[in-house]
Amino acid sequence: MTMKTDTQAKTYQNVQPKRPWQASVKDRVTTAIVLAIAIISATLLVKVTGLSGKLGFFFAFVLIFVALTSGRQYRRFGSASAKDALVNTLVAAGTFLTLIPITSIIFEVFSKGYKGIYLGLFTSDMSLNSPNDPANVGGLGHAIIGTLILVAIALVISVPIGILTALYLTEIKGRFSQPIRFLVQAMSGVPSIVAGLFILSAILYPITKQNSALLGSLSLAILMIPTVARTSEEVLNLIPNDLREAGVALGGTQWRTVAMIVVPAAKSGLLTAVILGVARIAGETAPILLLAGGGDRFNFDPFNGPMGSLPYFIWNSFKSGTPESIARAWTGLLVLLVVLLFLFSAARFLGNRKVGK
Amino acid sequence: MSTDDNGDKENMETKTTPSSLSSVASSSKRKVVNTKAMGTGLEARGVHAWFGKHHALADVSLDFAAGTVTALIGPSGCGKSTFIRTLNRMHEFIPSAAMAGQVILDGKDIYDPSVDVTKIRLQIGMVFQKPNPFPSMTIGENVLSGLKLAQLKTENKDDLLEECLVKAGLWNEVKDRLNAHGGSLSGGQQQRLCIARSLAVRPQVLLMDEPCSALDPGSTLRIEETIEELSSSMTIVIVTHNMQQAARVSDYTAFFLSDGGPGQMIEMAPTNEIFARPRDKRTENYVTGRFG
Repeated sequence: MTMKTDTQAKTYQNVQPKRPWQASVKDRVTTAIVLAIAIISATLLVKVTGLSGKLGFFFAFVLIFVALTSGRQYRRFGSASAKDALVNTLVAAGTFLTLIPITSIIFEVFSKGYKGIYLGLFTSDMSLNSPNDPANVGGLGHAIIGTLILVAIALVISVPIGILTALYLTEIKGRFSQPIRFLVQAMSGVPSIVAGLFILSAILYPITKQNSALLGSLSLAILMIPTVARTSEEVLNLIPNDLREAGVALGGTQWRTVAMIVVPAAKSGLLTAVILGVARIAGETAPILLLAGGGDRFNFDPFNGPMGSLPYFIWNSFKSGTPESIARAWTGLLVLLVVLLFLFSAARFLGNRKVGK
Repeated sequence: MSTDDNGDKENMETKTTPSSLSSVASSSKRKVVNTKAMGTGLEARGVHAWFGKHHALADVSLDFAAGTVTALIGPSGCGKSTFIRTLNRMHEFIPSAAMAGQVILDGKDIYDPSVDVTKIRLQIGMVFQKPNPFPSMTIGENVLSGLKLAQLKTENKDDLLEECLVKAGLWNEVKDRLNAHGGSLSGGQQQRLCIARSLAVRPQVLLMDEPCSALDPGSTLRIEETIEELSSSMTIVIVTHNMQQAARVSDYTAFFLSDGGPGQMIEMAPTNEIFARPRDKRTENYVTGRFG
């Protein structure tokens, strides 16, 4: 006890917190030199040899940098450390390589699309405009509404079916689990045009005989169900069996246990499943073209008449080919990206709220 | 509501330093009070269990009198856990499982086709080896989760919540943070939360499958105190690998053993007799640590 009070009374003024595992100044300088050498030699290599362009430079740079870093680690700590450095550098390069297309797409969309943004864009449609009209006339309000309606209906259809399928596969584990799992996997590879043609020949031609958003949403649901079901299955499989046993041991039926314990425990993952499902369908054009029919005016009725969507708007604008409509297409792309970003952020925000009051 | 924590703790501390196991066991004097609330105990008659073709447990007959604590001891793989899981029909959750025999509660076989299995599990609660609080619920919600799961009504949830947490010896540690996550508790606290959770539905029998195997000695002590206190109002069956624990908490001890074939119950007797004067040579070898 006395020792404890002693140590508590001391203030340790002359001890500073340090991080000896971090890179020292010397290390950082060396890394910078290695980086510089790699850049210079890669530049020279591109100039002197047949390598050319940004890609050639990138690969030359990565190879030289990896070799130098590994060599340095080998001299300092031996071969295991060198291998570690090799893999680390390659992983970093891979990450960088992945980020290049993503950032360049976003940059391209923003730089070409922002010019077309004005307030009327969101409140008006294209029904009174021709493709040659300047970008500050007309709008894509109808396409935003169309996308939201199409996605919402597809969501309402496919989320219950997808999650119930996953629950059948993970909780009930019935006789048909194996064939259903196989079918779901096969369905997740179905091209969107096939789903569109299926609804076209099964419902539109024989029954409704007119375009409507509902039919578009049906085909989108066909595409979305396998994504939701597969991802939900993976997520539900991660829920420890202990929890199911605990629920049942407390006198819950299987249904109560699943609804009160298993699904809430998997909530965040199930949300990811839904987001992946939406991501799968939000950019689809082909089924919209075939079933919802496109259209360039506001239509709030999902059961009657053609309805546009942002992907359709983009496709249609590019197809028109005039400089104005191509500019409009880029704006449409920007709006689609922002709408999706907004939807996913909202879903994450709602899903991550803490339990308790 | 307050517990006489301190008194209990002193008792337990004197007991945790035994000179020999049998002296510990014989020092625990407990009156067996049979009240209506705790039911009439539980009886296993000729229970066998299989996993697929593997015969895991053979012909176990045991009588758990109301208000007693029975420890099931024996080496790993002898069928203790399998047996305890047949007592509240958790055994059937393993896809290839099969069983034979009867488990009698209130004069009725719980495996009778006319029995509603969820009602059985309400009357025979279970605490598992690993603490498993429900991650999506707060501490308070965890305790009361059994009521929601089984759709039971209760007049005063706050009283029940406090009562269960006090009985499980957790109230003082969590009373100010009932809305925190169950996962924010330490392992020992989580296990006591699981005990509180199983008490909320007021079972007659509580089955505990190695409840302390993942816990530190301090938490183990707290749970043993809890068992001691609970035993006045319910029948408890506890599987344990820790023979000191069996000696400390139980009135009766049953020794299980598998000789390569299916696990069998070798002998059951009052705990002090099992440790002081085992009838079977194999029991003696095991409790004296000579068992290889």
